[in-house]
Amino acid sequence: MIIHAITFYTFATVILVSGFMVIAARNPVHSVLFLILAFFNGAGLFVLLGAEFLAMILVIVYVGAVAVLFLFVVMMLDIDFTQMREGFLHYLPVGALVGLVVLVELVLVVGQASVDLSAVVHAAHPTPDLSVRSNTAALGDFLYTDFVYFFQAAGLILLVAMIGAIVLTLRHRPGVRRQVIADQVGRKREEGVEIVSVKPGQGL
Amino acid sequence: MMEIGLGHYLTVAAILFTLGILGIFLNRKNVIIILMSIELMLLAVNINLVSFSVYLGDLVGQAFALFVLTVAAAEAAVGLAILVVYFRNRGNIGVEDINLMKG
Repeated sequence: MIIHAITFYTFATVILVSGFMVIAARNPVHSVLFLILAFFNGAGLFVLLGAEFLAMILVIVYVGAVAVLFLFVVMMLDIDFTQMREGFLHYLPVGALVGLVVLVELVLVVGQASVDLSAVVHAAHPTPDLSVRSNTAALGDFLYTDFVYFFQAAGLILLVAMIGAIVLTLRHRPGVRRQVIADQVGRKREEGVEIVSVKPGQGL
Repeated sequence: MMEIGLGHYLTVAAILFTLGILGIFLNRKNVIIILMSIELMLLAVNINLVSFSVYLGDLVGQAFALFVLTVAAAEAAVGLAILVVYFRNRGNIGVEDINLMKG
């Protein structure tokens, strides 16, 4: 139990500190790296909770794809980031006020709410015992059956996002000579070959 | 203190969510940091969903966390694509001029 508590507090501390550094770091590259650290510790919290499939998905999708995408964009765009931080202190009072209000509200809700965990008997998909079925298998059991339409919709969202991102960033530069397969295939013999009768003793 | 319960996870998620909101307010000029703050907030929501799912013994919460993850990934991809196109057209990513996208 002590080990559990120590692990939780380690993960929680690191995730909160790195979350703070994401918004406070001067260099956006450092922000992205702290975001990756936060995601890793979030995955650690998920493992601690017993949701290992989501932990792995978090590492693969967020650290492997989203954070690297952020890193690419931050490094690819040549931006003067010092000028971007101008308003930081200017916005600090109102930002701190809103943050404080939201935090107090959330803490009030968490502190007031009494969730009677034993009263839940109507779980739609109760968690099976770990010795019977692992977390990943149990998740797949209903994700591919009862939730199959939602699953397909999630795939559709990803497809639309992929097409949207490609269409947005695709650009046709003028002056670049590209290979046009249709033109190549549609070439006639008359366009490509010319028969010239050369008189003897003369060049072309 | 040593017994880690639902409240501990909810507190962590609440603080993380607040950090996300604070990040949006403090970095008003930097769209990239704003997108990262949104990712932080979604991570906090996911922690909430998963911890409730575990402590209530209902797996559906984890499925919802999975869908939140999907939407977050799609949102990051499209948002960064818009950012790249905007930078290509304007040469900077200043938020104050971003209403030009209205056309």
